[in-house]
Amino acid sequence: MSDQIEKVSIIISKGSLEGVYPGLIMANGARMEGIEATLFFTFFGLDAVIDKRMDHLKVATVGNPAMHIPTMVGGLPGMAAVATAKMKSEMEKLDIPPVREFIEMIHDTGAEIYACKATVDMFHLKKEDFCPQVDDIITVGEFYEKSAGASIIFT
Amino acid sequence: MSTVEVLGKQLELDADGNLANPEDWNEEIAKELAKQEGIDELTERHWMVINFMRKEYQEKGDAPSIRKLTKQSGVDTKELYQLFPKGPAKKAARIAGLPKPKGCI
Repeated sequence: MSDQIEKVSIIISKGSLEGVYPGLIMANGARMEGIEATLFFTFFGLDAVIDKRMDHLKVATVGNPAMHIPTMVGGLPGMAAVATAKMKSEMEKLDIPPVREFIEMIHDTGAEIYACKATVDMFHLKKEDFCPQVDDIITVGEFYEKSAGASIIFT
Repeated sequence: MSTVEVLGKQLELDADGNLANPEDWNEEIAKELAKQEGIDELTERHWMVINFMRKEYQEKGDAPSIRKLTKQSGVDTKELYQLFPKGPAKKAARIAGLPKPKGCI
């Protein structure tokens, strides 16, 4: 039994739609398997838990060779919106919820959600800027304390 | 293939430890499977989830995972984790005599 994963701490550091979802899916998937999960949002990843921004995350269409569109085309006005709409509709078909609903669901499964203090200070944010599911704003040291015994996953 | 003895009958299990033949299942067996999962008594709320899962499985051929349960079973995420601690979709599927849900969400 001891080689089974019992706890994960997932760091979400990117604020694009494709940067946020993998961490959310892994956190929810961990809870589904009965694994404890903690989510730590840092740098631009904080956008996924900022109340005013979390419903408006976009797919990055520039600087991503796997999008298979030329960089200049990816930079045209409206491209990010088109790619985002397309990705959201594909995700809904797979039963992947929108970011806000997903965060609520993950929190309801018993996972803990934290924002990174250094980034919060850097961006001049306050606790009330975040969605209610954010349990606390914590330092990196506190993150490591809470992650005792966990596998840490950086996304 | 491994088997489990429930109420004096040997039932075949799949690789995940769930019933290999959903038709072996009945409500009495569900109560015994629940006990093996540490759930001593199946309440009306447990049955809502179990019955929803069996219905979905019969219609779609796959047991629903957590988001579908949250949205459609009539029991929300928090309560699902209280009713079936440590993985409601997986546990409820086992008690419902179904294969483990294939969905990731």
